[in-house]
Amino acid sequence: MAARLVPLRHPGQWASALALLVLVAMLVNTLVTNRRFQWGVVGHYFLNASIVHGLELTLWLTAAVMATGYLLGIGVAAMRLRRNPVLRSLSFAFVWLIRSVPPLVQLLFWYELASLYPRLSLGVPFGTEFVSVRTAHLFSGVLAAYVGLSLDVAAFSSEIVRGGLLSVDRGQTEAAQALGLGNARIFRRIVLPQAMPSIVPASGNLLIGMLKATSIVSVIAVQDLLYSSQLVYNQNFLVIPLLLVATLWYVVLTTVLSAGQFFVERHYARGSGRHGPYGPRSFGKLFRGNLPLFGRSRDALGGLS
Amino acid sequence: MSAAAAAESPLVRIRGLRKSFGAHQVLDGVDLDVRRGEVTVLLGPSGSGKSTLLRTINHLERPDAGFVEVSGDIIGYRYHAGRLHELGNRSITRQRARIGMVFQQFNLFPHLTVVENLVEAPVAVRGVPRRQAAARAGELLERVGLAGRGDAYPKQLSGGQQQRVAIARALAMDPDLLLFDEPTSALDPELVGEVLAVIKDLADSGMTMIVVTHEIGFAREVADTVVFLDEGRIVESGAPAEVLARPRHERARAFLAAVL
Repeated sequence: MAARLVPLRHPGQWASALALLVLVAMLVNTLVTNRRFQWGVVGHYFLNASIVHGLELTLWLTAAVMATGYLLGIGVAAMRLRRNPVLRSLSFAFVWLIRSVPPLVQLLFWYELASLYPRLSLGVPFGTEFVSVRTAHLFSGVLAAYVGLSLDVAAFSSEIVRGGLLSVDRGQTEAAQALGLGNARIFRRIVLPQAMPSIVPASGNLLIGMLKATSIVSVIAVQDLLYSSQLVYNQNFLVIPLLLVATLWYVVLTTVLSAGQFFVERHYARGSGRHGPYGPRSFGKLFRGNLPLFGRSRDALGGLS
Repeated sequence: MSAAAAAESPLVRIRGLRKSFGAHQVLDGVDLDVRRGEVTVLLGPSGSGKSTLLRTINHLERPDAGFVEVSGDIIGYRYHAGRLHELGNRSITRQRARIGMVFQQFNLFPHLTVVENLVEAPVAVRGVPRRQAAARAGELLERVGLAGRGDAYPKQLSGGQQQRVAIARALAMDPDLLLFDEPTSALDPELVGEVLAVIKDLADSGMTMIVVTHEIGFAREVADTVVFLDEGRIVESGAPAEVLARPRHERARAFLAAVL
């Protein structure tokens, strides 16, 4: 019997798409016609010098915090998985402590260190001091932000990394040991690269979260993207447009980072025989494939194969 | 020790080896000698301690008592004044580099190509220049019948091909001794032959090997010595013709009757 195969129809998808289109049209309409958004003002301040200055600070602070945090975090995760009980306990205690303290409190703590310890010194415990410094000018706002947020990232990233390391089959380590590879080499060359596919998505989350979380530095008067726009609207009272300026920048940055995450995931999927979660396709193809109704469905593109 | 005596003394000497996991005594006093150039096949029901014995030989498992000696060195320990002192990681790593191991699940590094799998240890451990190691990798791949597959990733190969790559990877370190932990148990039946052929070829070339397997035919054909383990003890040991044809121990008889 050579009957034609008729795929299951999905009328509900068309109906919901139509409803959604109407809602999107309404949203666009209100964005355009509501004059209180003051898009002209948004455009005017988008590349304003102090906004761009704040943007730069947000960018490099996020980059520095993530880089330092992850270096520490990988170390903390590796310590947690060692047989050495001292390292294991130390790692556990660090993660427990840092995760318990709200980042805002930590930031203020580093910033106000001088009021807690006016003087820090190096020497024999309970004995002679060799060097000592006054802490009054040790931590500027930016440095306090860098240290506090880096420790925060270290604690959270170490748990992400640890999860990834645990997902690598024990046989990989044994095979490497049997070949006579040293522990450091096994970690760096064999286990960590295989842990990356499960580390990257969660890390992308942490990175994008941190990009926006850096805005808490405004409490210690560090002028990041959000605080810069606040400073501007404190003078001209154009609150909404300036918040929109900051928001648009965050949207742009998040978009770039999400695209970057796609390529990193694809890189670490090599040899897995599945080229990442979406198959060996380009970003554009993936995008078109995920356009509901108009592109083919993800399954048809072989996303599950 | 004279040269003659060195040739006589066994490459692997195992004495009084004991190991337990919790209350379960996995190895219960194992003594075993393996002479240079010989193939020893370990047989026994699952849970008899074959794999643990094999893994103790390169210190993937730490014995509770007794010792393993390979070419005169006690594995994982240093003898001093009547005691065995546990070695640090670095020294154990050095000892392991001379003992190759092939696993049931291949354990190839999936994120590295076949050549990278073979080159990794010689470059990192022996300091062989990468180009030279790659050339040697090519020779080894040819030897296991996989010439030209160097750029493939392990997942792109069949199970039998992956296991042959794993054997080549172990050979790349020029080991004194090769350990096989059920090398064909994870393979589809039609792929078993190609792997056994490679192992047999190695045996013919004089490689010293200890093989845990359930392939009785292979044991009969290739082994110099067949050792039968039961509940952590060696209950039968000797030439394959003897042990396989006329097992004296009741447990060995029952096992062979079941698998043959």
